Amino acid sequence: MGRRRGRGSPGGTPAAQSDAGLRRDAERSLEMTLVNPNMNKLFRFGQSCKGRRVIRFSHSQITRLYSRFTSLDKGENGTLSREDFQRIPELAINPLGDRIINAFFPEGEDQVNFRGFMRTLAHFRPIEDNEKSKDQNGPEPLNSRSNKLHFAFRLYDLDKDDKISRDELLQVLRMMVGVNISDEQLGSIADRTIQEADQDGDSAISFAEFVKVLEKVDVEQKMSIRFLH
Amino acid sequence: QWATIRIQKGVKKPQPQMLKTPTANGIIERDETPMEKEIARLHRVDFEFSDIFYFCRKGFEAIVEDEVTQRFSSEELVSWNLLTRTNVNFHYISLRLTVVWVIGVIVRYCFLLPLRFTLAAIGITSMIVGTTMVGQLPNGSVKNYLSEVVHLTCSRILVRALSGTIRYHNKENKPQKGGICVANHTSPIDAIILTNDGCYAMVGQVHGGLMGVIQRATVKACPHVWFERSEIKDRHLVTKRLREHVMDKSKLPILIFPEGTCINNTSVMMFKKGSFEIGGTIYPVAIKYDPQFGDAFWNSSKYNIVSYLLRIMTSWAIVCNVWYMPPMVRKEGEDAVQFANRVKSAIARQGGLTELPWDGGLKRAKVKDTFKEEQQKNYSKMLVQNGSIG
Repeated sequence: MGRRRGRGSPGGTPAAQSDAGLRRDAERSLEMTLVNPNMNKLFRFGQSCKGRRVIRFSHSQITRLYSRFTSLDKGENGTLSREDFQRIPELAINPLGDRIINAFFPEGEDQVNFRGFMRTLAHFRPIEDNEKSKDQNGPEPLNSRSNKLHFAFRLYDLDKDDKISRDELLQVLRMMVGVNISDEQLGSIADRTIQEADQDGDSAISFAEFVKVLEKVDVEQKMSIRFLH
Repeated sequence: QWATIRIQKGVKKPQPQMLKTPTANGIIERDETPMEKEIARLHRVDFEFSDIFYFCRKGFEAIVEDEVTQRFSSEELVSWNLLTRTNVNFHYISLRLTVVWVIGVIVRYCFLLPLRFTLAAIGITSMIVGTTMVGQLPNGSVKNYLSEVVHLTCSRILVRALSGTIRYHNKENKPQKGGICVANHTSPIDAIILTNDGCYAMVGQVHGGLMGVIQRATVKACPHVWFERSEIKDRHLVTKRLREHVMDKSKLPILIFPEGTCINNTSVMMFKKGSFEIGGTIYPVAIKYDPQFGDAFWNSSKYNIVSYLLRIMTSWAIVCNVWYMPPMVRKEGEDAVQFANRVKSAIARQGGLTELPWDGGLKRAKVKDTFKEEQQKNYSKMLVQNGSIG
């Protein structure tokens, strides 16, 4: 069945699309106006982002995410707070739930708008094959392997000094194991891990060392969420 | 009769729509590989930096789409049924469709609504009057018979008032006296739908206002069990009263909704074990509404009861299927929780609903920390197993 969706600005040229679904949409035989004024802004947003080639969700994905955003936004003020995220049970029971939620909120702020929401989620877009060979002159897309790794690095590195110290590693470990492992055991796990990965001997992991440790890991597959359409 | 004609007209209406937004079964592909396989080790070490990827991805999957919160809002439709309220993902398509929609609005609001409202008013008044009158009679079989008649008639009127078309399946399994009837809960209308076909003793909180009047009137005619709000907190008291009721084989079957709250009819959530501890035979009933004609789900955080009823009365109809299922009894060595889960699975299977282990109370309350601790425990086990630390 053909999905007919209109573009926000009828005069705009669609940027090169990588999703097959959008190629189907490119028929555009029906002229449509969008009923919901917010949708207009959404599609323009998607297009401008496509122009910068930084976030690349398809139109249908943006619509889905927007309705998800509004359903999470209980206060209906266009932004999400930490409590809104905490209300998702599967996230609340995730040991790293708090860190993940923090990743959405920029420095010192308590509210995230839809733009920020999409930006953070964009890290988890799977890397399409035909994206890999695109020319790299523009800014790197958010879902590149390097950016995904950077995102993971930031989950560890709380104080944002570009190093994972022993304490920071211990904190994350403690979040993941709860009360089931003693401090000494955890400490030795952390020490051993740092020892193995640390190359310049500063007892902390820099981003380069982090990348090196994970070079054999299929980051693209592990840190991607596939949309069904 | 006119209700069926209305519904047939409604069936033709959804045809001329052209836009189908594929809702599929979800937005994203969920990866269900268990933690152990996902965090499979590259080499024999206990912890790796990549371990967080698993939790990270699970967290983000939950943010984009989770199993629980979507149950507390109305189900999305695959094709539009010409009600603005289900207009979430559908856009303006053509003039012709808009004209059809406008006609639909006029029919629904100006024609159906007053009709239904009158019927509902008649139904409620006759229920109050009828049950009060029957309540004056001394206890006896005449009273029971008359009260049944009154209840049945009034609830039939009320169902007509909502243009309800109910199909009952497996009537031979209808709940008998002295049993407990459990059903999945979607809205307060569930009770009326079930009483349309038989008489039950209801269990519920005492309300004020019109509901309170109805409750007080009906309890005189028929031994419903209405609790004060404070008493609900005392679970033993509740269980005791219910047990007394069940022991008396001449009393009507009790109607209980063990989910405790309204769920949007796409799934069945955790059954509270309280109703299953009472003993007695359980008669499970599955209720499934057809969302094409009207959304019966009551989102109590979004709409109050009056606006909910208004929405119901301005939908096309309430079409539902009710399946009576063979009675179940608690097995030897089965505790209340397992029994509750068994009944829940049976109902879910019959009604074609998904089964979820989550508590319906999560609509309002926060999830318990015990689940998080379970995840942490699993992960620690892995760490200890894989590493050199024993």
